[in-house]
Amino acid sequence: MGAWEGSQAAILAPLAGVAVSTPHRSGPILRPGAQRPKCIKAQMHKGLMRKEKTGKRKASDAGFRAASDQSLLVSFGQQITLQGHQRVLKLLRLLQAEPVAAIRNLHPAYCSLLIKFDPLKLDHDQLQTALLRYLDRLEEAPIPEPQQIEIPVCYGGEFGPDLNDLAAMHGISPAQAIELHSSSTYIVYFLGFVPGFAYLGGLPPALASPRLETPRASVPLGSVGIGGNQTGVYPMATPGGWRLVGRTPMTMFRPDRPKMNILQIGDHVRFRPISKEQFADFNLR
Amino acid sequence: MSAILVHAPGLFTTVQDLGREGFGPIGVSASGAADPISLRIGNRLVGNVEGAAALEMTLVGGSLTFARHGIIALTGADFGASLGGVALPMWTSIEVQAGQTLALGPSRSGARAYFCIQGGIAVKPFLGSASTHVLSGLGGFEGRPLRKGDLLEVGPANSSSQKRSLSPQALERLQPRKVLRVTAGPQSDWFAPSAWKQFFESSFRVTEQSNRMGIRLEGRGIPINPSQEMITEGVSLGAIQVPPSGQPIILFVEQQTTGGYPKIANVISADVHSLGQLRPRDEIRFERVEMSEARSLLIQQEALLASKELILE
Repeated sequence: MGAWEGSQAAILAPLAGVAVSTPHRSGPILRPGAQRPKCIKAQMHKGLMRKEKTGKRKASDAGFRAASDQSLLVSFGQQITLQGHQRVLKLLRLLQAEPVAAIRNLHPAYCSLLIKFDPLKLDHDQLQTALLRYLDRLEEAPIPEPQQIEIPVCYGGEFGPDLNDLAAMHGISPAQAIELHSSSTYIVYFLGFVPGFAYLGGLPPALASPRLETPRASVPLGSVGIGGNQTGVYPMATPGGWRLVGRTPMTMFRPDRPKMNILQIGDHVRFRPISKEQFADFNLR
Repeated sequence: MSAILVHAPGLFTTVQDLGREGFGPIGVSASGAADPISLRIGNRLVGNVEGAAALEMTLVGGSLTFARHGIIALTGADFGASLGGVALPMWTSIEVQAGQTLALGPSRSGARAYFCIQGGIAVKPFLGSASTHVLSGLGGFEGRPLRKGDLLEVGPANSSSQKRSLSPQALERLQPRKVLRVTAGPQSDWFAPSAWKQFFESSFRVTEQSNRMGIRLEGRGIPINPSQEMITEGVSLGAIQVPPSGQPIILFVEQQTTGGYPKIANVISADVHSLGQLRPRDEIRFERVEMSEARSLLIQQEALLASKELILE
């Protein structure tokens, strides 16, 4: 991807600031004491809180914001939680199983789903009304059993140039950092930013690390990074500001296959340490 | 038999159609023509469906030799096109003969020119679309900008050799704007009234670091509230992100699908084609409209595009 590294005129190069904005600014959590983001016009849709005998909030407790004249943002709370993630996933799966004709695209994230629609066929209010029927049935959403995916990673060295710094930052050895990173089970919250980039939650707090001050212009394909309290694999060479701890020989995004992404939303992921030799052998098998 | 030989690719020429919607859940953005109105009109001038694949040229055009007779049209920005050395008009259908060479130069106004040909540029679709997604190397012609020596195929031509032109009145009404109309963004209320005022009263300059992923602006920095922490969320086409530097970035056709910066405003759908014609160093401003007005402006624009008076035969 030489064209992306400034070998052509600037207008051709990927917008470094744009491209990297997500991986090193994809704000993982609200800082303690930070103000919660407010919904524009505070449009929490009261009508959506179904009356319930137990008084518990239903899964349909959603907030709506018009994001543009052709998109509506549906949010389930303003924190990263498994419950919020489940609601996003269920609404996504329901809308995929029973599509609304005027909906053009769906952009899931941690606790929200951006819905892009054809503004010539629907307005925000009509879409919101149409969504109520889906939100009321979230519990029926067909959620496939999550896949358990193991990703082999060669940690440190040239593949993980930030491993030693990251370990030192936390006062642990690189071996301990590898042990921590490969002993946790992660959940794929969503795929976003670029094709096949999976946002994984579940990083041990002892590894949470700030993004690099100066993002790399190009992170090699397969790099495993840590940004804030998230971890993930770069499915293609892109600019990026996460700290790189290793690299996988596994191809995460395969546009020539029917199932393009190894990882799907909701999957469970573990990382398995491998040697340089195993890395080299991986694609020969 | 290939129909077009790329003698010179120009600065940055890609195959584009109207993009691939529906793949946000796997992180794939729509892509598609940066100035979709010029693409749609160009295709209609040559008798194609509006969304047929065409070439999008950026700032400096290339030169192409035709192996076969064909019907072409050039729309969008004026790149000073000539055919066999004779200057060509834009926004009209033109017959080309086997062996003739079309040459385009640097842009005289705007950023992108579209080359449409009857039958469309034939490439293998990726996720239902011919458009090139450059960052991921997918779609279009081998997932990349054209190079010297590339041979392009053209789809089957229909029998229409009807001469068609865009009406001058329609062209006037569809002129790209430098004052972009915006609706409030999902985090508009994160910005202090003074920041909001400054956003609308300042002009911004388009920087060299702009491309199909995003248009980077520079101007008086927009102050953002440092106590707010964003959670990454889905982002829309035309969203105006404000990173900590305060210099706004407009997310464009090959956008990331999610983002973690607050968005102060969003360019309206009716002005998206204007974004595709912005050049580095252009000065732009923003003008606030309500959601209902954004919608009626789009309805008017589509009514013009659907009107019988649009294309003169």
